[in-house]
Amino acid sequence: MNEITLSLNDETARLPANTTLADALDAWHYAERRVAVAINGEFVPRSAYAERVLGDRDRIDVVAPVGGG
Amino acid sequence: MNAPHDDTLSLYGETFSSRFLLGTALYSSPAVMEASIQAAGCDMVTLGLRRQNPAAGDGDAFWQILRDSGCRLLPNTAGCRSAREAITLAQMSREMFDTPWIKVEVIGDDYNLQPDPFGLLEACRTLIDDGFKVLPYCTDDLVLCQRLREAGCQALMPWGAPIGTGRGLMNRYALETLRQRLDVPLIIDAGLGAPSQAAEAMEMGFDGVLLNTAVAKAHRPPLMAEAFAEAITAGRKAYHAGLMQQRQTASPSTPTLGQPFWHSGG
Repeated sequence: MNEITLSLNDETARLPANTTLADALDAWHYAERRVAVAINGEFVPRSAYAERVLGDRDRIDVVAPVGGG
Repeated sequence: MNAPHDDTLSLYGETFSSRFLLGTALYSSPAVMEASIQAAGCDMVTLGLRRQNPAAGDGDAFWQILRDSGCRLLPNTAGCRSAREAITLAQMSREMFDTPWIKVEVIGDDYNLQPDPFGLLEACRTLIDDGFKVLPYCTDDLVLCQRLREAGCQALMPWGAPIGTGRGLMNRYALETLRQRLDVPLIIDAGLGAPSQAAEAMEMGFDGVLLNTAVAKAHRPPLMAEAFAEAITAGRKAYHAGLMQQRQTASPSTPTLGQPFWHSGG
């Protein structure tokens, strides 16, 4: 089975090839959470999750609100 | 000059009844943060974005409190070390919080968390072009602040001292110069440790104060938030009232004319 290796918040993750960002977030249990996403340092808007196909070695950052000064 | 009772802060055309902006980090619990926000009476609170693992659900209470507070949200780009990082995080914040407001931080030095003026200016230019309402966390350097102004920043947030130090207004000369030379709202951001320091900034004519650690790390944070709020109000009133000129020598306040027991012969 074709698999890709990528990083999720700096930790190694594996997914089937041709997985969309929307499906990946679902698989990683983010679907119900309030998050924002960047891939390889570029912001990916929510409206693009369903079309964005993840690639091998993509670096994905998933962030959520925290206290800040 | 406006009378103090209708003396509101205006940033990017929006009106704020409070000149106190409060950070939401470092509190011992969400409940303490909530009580501190209420005691501060602030209109705007800062917050951030950090990597989130799906198992961590502890951010929900935090988010709920901020949403219920009615405060406008000022997301930050804390910890970013380049313009590119700050721009990306600002875009993520805009979507997450549904707001164009952004406190832009680009850190140039890990030791004192000093803003990187070059990366900051670059990030601010891009974000303003992209429609953000940018509040840059900057040093007190006049030329940097002038460049940020020219880039379209309608308010600036120079530091009082490095973040979390509580040392107050480290360079009064530079800050006074900014106040004299720049015609935009100036908010002292970072480095304040005591309400007296906030009052000092307001007496100098600064338009507001943003702080976090001094409240969050007090033994009683809500009480300290109230103390800062009162100091900010007092300092603002003093600025409007006009401080007296300092003198080198004493000058009696009670009239000398008619002083009893005074005999020229000694």
